[in-house]
Amino acid sequence: MSAVPDSSRSLAAVLEEPVVPEKLSERIARRVARGPLHAVIIVVCLIWMVPWFGLLVSSFRPKADIASTGWWTAFNPPFQFTLQNYADVLAAQGLARGFLNSLIIAVPATLITMFVAALAAYAFSWMRIPGRNLLFLVVVGLLVVPIQMTLIPVLRIFAGLNLTGTFLGVWLAHTAYGLPFAIFLLRNFFVALPKDLLESAFLEGASHFKAFFRIVLPLSVPSLAALGIFQFLWLWNDLLVALVYLGGSRQVAPLTVSISNLVSSFGSEWHLLTAAAFVSMILPLIVFFALQRYFVQGILAGAVKG
Amino acid sequence: MDEEKAPHLLKRLTRRLKTVRLSAWMFVAPALVLLAVFLVYPSLSTLYLSFFDRTSAQFVGLDNYVHLFTSSETLIVFRNNLLWLTLFTGVSVIMGLVLAVLTNLVRYEAVAKALIFVPMAVSFTAAAVIWRFMYIYRPPGFTQTGVVNAIFTSLGGDPIPWIQDTGVNNFALIVAGIWMWTGFAMIVLSAGLKGIPAEVLEAARVDGANEWQVFRRIIFPMLRPVVVVVAVTLTINALKVFDLVYVMTFGNYNTDVIANRMFKEMFTFGNFGRASAIAVVLLITIVPIMLLNIRRFRREAT
Repeated sequence: MSAVPDSSRSLAAVLEEPVVPEKLSERIARRVARGPLHAVIIVVCLIWMVPWFGLLVSSFRPKADIASTGWWTAFNPPFQFTLQNYADVLAAQGLARGFLNSLIIAVPATLITMFVAALAAYAFSWMRIPGRNLLFLVVVGLLVVPIQMTLIPVLRIFAGLNLTGTFLGVWLAHTAYGLPFAIFLLRNFFVALPKDLLESAFLEGASHFKAFFRIVLPLSVPSLAALGIFQFLWLWNDLLVALVYLGGSRQVAPLTVSISNLVSSFGSEWHLLTAAAFVSMILPLIVFFALQRYFVQGILAGAVKG
Repeated sequence: MDEEKAPHLLKRLTRRLKTVRLSAWMFVAPALVLLAVFLVYPSLSTLYLSFFDRTSAQFVGLDNYVHLFTSSETLIVFRNNLLWLTLFTGVSVIMGLVLAVLTNLVRYEAVAKALIFVPMAVSFTAAAVIWRFMYIYRPPGFTQTGVVNAIFTSLGGDPIPWIQDTGVNNFALIVAGIWMWTGFAMIVLSAGLKGIPAEVLEAARVDGANEWQVFRRIIFPMLRPVVVVVAVTLTINALKVFDLVYVMTFGNYNTDVIANRMFKEMFTFGNFGRASAIAVVLLITIVPIMLLNIRRFRREAT
């Protein structure tokens, strides 16, 4: 029994094994030869970090310091840091409200998009609809339409229905804009689900609603999660749609709009701008680091969206 | 047993057939209604409006388009988008490719990739603030508080107003875009790189190929389809770029781009005819590129 050769060792693993044990001097030489490689990677990483790191450090510096010296001097004594900037933007500049508005916009709109898209994707993969493939092609074809193509007429529809400046209007708009991509993504996933599973459910008398909620949705959690995270961040970071349909009033403006207003009225008040920008970055960064795998999957899948 | 079950099954099947049509439409109706109201009708309407004057009252034929392609202001807009198209896309793809290959060779790959990818999580709005902060300009003789000018002056140069100076400001904005999207290019290309079988690379190395030859003869040709996807995505982003320009300059100092110009025509100048024409031009430039992408993905999906 034990004489059976270990077939789990891949060809690559075999090839990677050094034929002759390496000498210490050779190992050191190899390490040194790789020096430039490490140097390049580390330098690029540092360059990529500097912009947001400087912003983060500055957001904790007193107003007078930010205005007179570079943020890198904050690491020389006297170390002076403060939370005053955050207190200022959250209360006086209404960013706390902006944060809430961003949530109120992004969370429901994400959930509605996912639900509507999942229903349609299910129908496009498992139901009999006349002209199904053509219809699906048209839906996916709408991916090419830039939002700009729709702004003026939708704004006029909203004005007629008193939906300008309301969350309902923005939820509906965001949902519609997100649908072509979401339907495309989910349908590709639903089609690949095991056919036997659904067919035997139907034979046992399950309705489409039951199959959708009990079989398809639970099996699709990973792709729904990737889509959900992608869509949520997309909406959280949106400026254009909010700017056009919501306007700049503090009651409804999300963080992106509040920050762009801050830039135009206090363009050089860096103690406010740095803290404000960081407030808007906190949630995406948490999502990014906590759910990195899904996040990257969403990005990879979203490559088609552009 | 079976005889009892058969008619029952038949009844259930016919009942199911009757409900199929109705419930199928219930599944797709919400999506179709939303798409019709927010995408299909508005697009047709915008196309129609692009042939009318500023208040959509009078038919003006192709006047809006003629203005778009003859006025010096909008020609600058197209020039800028062309700059974005070439530099933003080109540099991001090349940097992404180089970083994907390099990080693949080290053990702290995950950390390095995460650090370069972080800007993707940030909104364009926040990135615009970040880069305005990087580019802060103070006249010569004052302490430079922006990183870029601080480095510049410490090397003996004069501080440059990166955002206002029309000779450099478009490049300064594009650098911010590259900072954001290189991570995307790197992640997608890196995923493609992992798809290349290690055996193939090993075999080439055993045959005496050096690392550059391995890259040039094996990695790059095998990655080409992925490079195309990334380039297409970045190209579309370059054509649609809005937030960065809106927040950093509002298109002033000769940095305007198509999407921002449309916003300006709508809200600053109130010219709905011209705004619509710009939107149509944007659509027409995007369609061929996007179709390429969708066709590719459909091919992959099947």
